[in-house]
Amino acid sequence: MDSERTIPAVSNDVWVFVEQRSGKAADVSFELLCKSHKLAQVMGGAVKSVVIGHQVKELAEETFRYGADEALLIDHPGLKQYRTLPYSRTLINLVRQFNPRIVLFGATIIGRDLAPRVASATRSGLTADCTDLQIADISYLRKEYKQLLLQIRPAFGGNIIATIITPDNPIQMATVREGVMEMHAQESSRKGTLTSIPYIPDELDEVVAIIEQHREENHVNLKAAPIIVSGGYGLRSKENFKLIHELAHVLGGEVAGSRAAVDAGFIPHERQVGQTGVTVRPKLYIAVGISGAIQHRAGMQESNKIIAINTDPDAPIFGISHYGIVGDAMEVLPRFIEVYKNKLK
Amino acid sequence: MYHSIVLVKQVPDTANITGNVMQEDGTVNRSKLPAVFNHEDKVALEIALQIKDTYGGTVTAITMGPPRASDILRECLYMGADRVYLISDRKFAGADTLATSYVLSEAIKKIGTFDFIFAGRQAIDGDTAQVGPQTAEKLQIPQITYVEEIRSVENGTVTAKRKIDGGFEIIRCALPVLLTVVKDTAEPRSFKAKRVMTYKGARSLMEIEKLVEGNSLLSVDALVHEYESRSLFIKTLTMDDLHLDLVRCGVHGSPTKVYKVESVVLNSGEHEHVEPTKAGIGKLIDKLMEDHILG
Repeated sequence: MDSERTIPAVSNDVWVFVEQRSGKAADVSFELLCKSHKLAQVMGGAVKSVVIGHQVKELAEETFRYGADEALLIDHPGLKQYRTLPYSRTLINLVRQFNPRIVLFGATIIGRDLAPRVASATRSGLTADCTDLQIADISYLRKEYKQLLLQIRPAFGGNIIATIITPDNPIQMATVREGVMEMHAQESSRKGTLTSIPYIPDELDEVVAIIEQHREENHVNLKAAPIIVSGGYGLRSKENFKLIHELAHVLGGEVAGSRAAVDAGFIPHERQVGQTGVTVRPKLYIAVGISGAIQHRAGMQESNKIIAINTDPDAPIFGISHYGIVGDAMEVLPRFIEVYKNKLK
Repeated sequence: MYHSIVLVKQVPDTANITGNVMQEDGTVNRSKLPAVFNHEDKVALEIALQIKDTYGGTVTAITMGPPRASDILRECLYMGADRVYLISDRKFAGADTLATSYVLSEAIKKIGTFDFIFAGRQAIDGDTAQVGPQTAEKLQIPQITYVEEIRSVENGTVTAKRKIDGGFEIIRCALPVLLTVVKDTAEPRSFKAKRVMTYKGARSLMEIEKLVEGNSLLSVDALVHEYESRSLFIKTLTMDDLHLDLVRCGVHGSPTKVYKVESVVLNSGEHEHVEPTKAGIGKLIDKLMEDHILG
């Protein structure tokens, strides 16, 4: 590095590590860019996307539409697939060189593999699995702080919501759960600066080799479904769960389930809604036989309209529902299906 | 022959939170929660023991925590660990993952050479999954996280199957390496009765200090020596033993702070009650159609 160059001690820049697989960005990266755009407006800083891979220039340019003002592009055949050492070394060097104020990662397996190494090397604060981010002026231990990043996350098995801050450190890092931030592309004419950063391979990288890789495209796209009918342990059996499928079919929706329903084998994990599953925000979410533990609510409470069907009138799910039906699903669901079919006639 | 170090943690049992654990201000009363051996760390110990069973070598379990964390070190001995270390000092209290990984990495350097470091993917009290990779970075060694299966260990390399988003990959890596394992990787073995009999009397420095307290006939040094001679001393590393930089430990070394905690509040009772009858459901469907939610 040129020591003559003056480097700002702290910038107001918000960085997003753009996670890609075979040149396609993970949704969460675009979600984070949209959020960062809002955060950076408050802070008066710029949004920078960090795109690491091979032949990913187009992807770097695509990030402008989601809010990036500048894309830092590191493109090299040795970076084609995610590997911990070359990716972390690259990002560590960039952070040291440019001193971003905030660095965000998706809380995916890649993000959770990469972010701790970067934070460890740069001695930055890192908060895992955030579900919300805000910028605020706060007072902490009788000191005033301007424009701190509030990192909000469930803690203690989801029983509490904690707000974490990184008050006295120049760099604030966080991983953020998929699906909790809204994503919308801006007009395609939005342009930014593309900055190519050279990559120097290191022989140490070769101590790790990927022998084979298997990835199945997820055929279920709960996130995009406008109507979701979701069943819980209250359905009591896989046989009874068929009614969930039937109602979903009649309404033109997708089938989902709570963790308890997945654990009981009523439905595969790829259809699980909640903290350890997918976060959804459909037009209509019908929760059947789901008590509404915080872990489940975290994955669906942003739904536009929620109908809860449960035998227990005190089930927490009613607390976040718009419509509540107290009754046995085995009676309510057939009635719902019959009445709806009649209305369509 | 392979030498493994296993990072273990004692955690509050967050899976079994009951009414009196949550306080009125929304915080958690940790003292009301039973402290347990973090399950994925137990799985990590099991994997290390399996490698020892197959290829020979040693297994060393280490934990950073308050004196009561000796409980899980005794459990490590019951399962088959050769050596255990308690890393404990009041100055380590309040550490976030960065400060924890600093102390752990310095302790590992002190303990000696190793081929493997194993850890659970994450601990159930924070679910961060950060300490493993942060420690690997500080030791400048590679890592394989989310390991589901150890395929083979040969010629100074390990081949492992790890989870990736939407699938899995097979990775080969030269030793030394840090691996974090998920819960299905192995079923932890049960305690060996003979080892329980032998090691239930194992004590750490702080536990021995407590024995000596108020008994003028005993001296800490003499007692430590006696426990050591019977292989019942839980090696204890404090701030002074590790020559650490104070500003990188505990609260001082932790850039992240908890600003506030809130219990999850439900705005209950705001929903519209719908009768479970055909008429009630019919009205609801009409309303949803009117609002263009159902079509």
